[in-house]
Amino acid sequence: MGLSADEMLACVRRAGGDGIRDAQQPYGQATVTIDRDAALEIFQALRDRPELALNFLMDITAVDYLGETPRFEVVYHLYSLLHQHRLRVKIRVPEDEPWVHSLTGLWKAANWLEREVWDMFGIRFIGHPDPRRILLYEEFVGHPLRKDYPVTKRQPLTPERDPIATGWKFHAQP
Amino acid sequence: MPSPERALRPVEVDATEEIMGIQMGPSHPATHGTIKFNLKLDGEVIVECDVEVGYLHRGFEKMVEQGTWTQAIPYTDRLNYASPLINNVGFVLAVEKLCGIEVPERCQYIRVIMSEVSRIADHLTCLGMAATELGAMTVGFLTNEARELLYDIIEAVTGARVTVSYTRIGGVARDLTADTPERIRAAFRNLRGILDDCDKLLTRNRIFHDRMAGIGVISAEDAIAYGLTGPMLRSTGVSYDVRKAQPYSGYDRFDFEVPIGTRGDNYDRFLCRMNEMEQSMRIVEQALRDLPPGPVCIDDPRFVLPPKQRVYTSIEGLMHHFKLIMEGIKVPRGEVYHAVEGANGELGFYIVSDGSGRPYRCRVRPPCFLGMAALGEMLRGHMVADIIATFGMVNMIGGECDR
Repeated sequence: MGLSADEMLACVRRAGGDGIRDAQQPYGQATVTIDRDAALEIFQALRDRPELALNFLMDITAVDYLGETPRFEVVYHLYSLLHQHRLRVKIRVPEDEPWVHSLTGLWKAANWLEREVWDMFGIRFIGHPDPRRILLYEEFVGHPLRKDYPVTKRQPLTPERDPIATGWKFHAQP
Repeated sequence: MPSPERALRPVEVDATEEIMGIQMGPSHPATHGTIKFNLKLDGEVIVECDVEVGYLHRGFEKMVEQGTWTQAIPYTDRLNYASPLINNVGFVLAVEKLCGIEVPERCQYIRVIMSEVSRIADHLTCLGMAATELGAMTVGFLTNEARELLYDIIEAVTGARVTVSYTRIGGVARDLTADTPERIRAAFRNLRGILDDCDKLLTRNRIFHDRMAGIGVISAEDAIAYGLTGPMLRSTGVSYDVRKAQPYSGYDRFDFEVPIGTRGDNYDRFLCRMNEMEQSMRIVEQALRDLPPGPVCIDDPRFVLPPKQRVYTSIEGLMHHFKLIMEGIKVPRGEVYHAVEGANGELGFYIVSDGSGRPYRCRVRPPCFLGMAALGEMLRGHMVADIIATFGMVNMIGGECDR
């Protein structure tokens, strides 16, 4: 049943070297924060080292910690089919340079997941072959999951009919 | 290890023929779900297929951040609306992990029973739709009849057919009704008969077999590289099921098997789903046999609403009720990822709490989103008509894929 969180973090430290900034295990879930510049080598090591063998890229997402510096955090969830253990990898990303390296060369799953993070948070993935929006339309302005995007804001593709200005009544008036 | 540079399936393009671009969807009668395929065709052969999703995007993750933790539960119904109970369970399990809650044993059993009933309903939806789209409309009617048997049970227990909102943080909304075990057993007797009929109509049906076998093939390496889970991964021969790998809600108590395929084509996905329904029924039958008595919620006023009797007659009850409704459950600061086995694969919830009564971030890992990511490559080199069969077996649920 895989490595314990302690053993795993020790393994990850060996694999990641100086690129590992912080290692914790909240709620028993192994979590490391890594350097943005060393990300590609570290992810490759995590995937290919036999004692870790984290061959599944389960998820990529981001969290907007508005008010903190650096502002964003890109969060990866990895899973090992062989050892049945999980690892969470985080990269902090500053607001004025919102980019990380794309993992599309390592996992095909990264393609759509990274497109979604770009769409929702406006974080660029350097080296992504197809950096389009995915859930929203290309004409959309802004990135809705950022904390400073108002939840009530509307961006209709076709002009909305203003019921008061047009005298159009929703219910038949008595 | 999967190699991303692996050569794509070769497509022989006749240089004298013109490549035709055509858009299929977003509203097409033979695809269930709003989705667009941007196709490049050489005759009837797909040279390139670009899948466009997002037509059902409602901003689930943004909306969850607006309310309290409990108010997020009805939103999770609308993710995979073919099996809403599994979404409910997945979300509250993640929150409970953050709060350090251990729910009573009876509650765990009830969650397992309802999840598995939901899983069967989901697989029935998938098979019925896929078969109907391939022309086997009888199977569509049969599976709808079978699903109705299960929806009747879900309705009796939760009060709703689809938008169930059954779980609560720390338990479930209400106990099973007294006659639920007997109703489930009776429904399963009928269900097994209907599944037998579907099996006779489809499994050795020449037309169905020709449309499914060898179509939409994906190798085990590619499936892992694409992050596929659930029946799509298991059809390639990789035995990964969250219920076995990381058991939650006491799934390790039950004796069941994980059906796997060998070829990774549509036919194997169909067989995996057919066999999984039988395994789900086995789990439910074991759970009903061993169902322990006891409460269905934890007894902790910080998380669970007090009974109405206490609210109306005691000041403490009224205060607890008021605090829970107005301020919401105070989930401690932290982050957690919890995965359950949804009908289509690993359904993960990554939640971040800042210690206030509202979720700071709630991310859903949707299994069929990654399945759709792989669809373009699975279809390359096949015919246009194969889109329908393959798409049916991916079982995209728009609510979950687009959120």
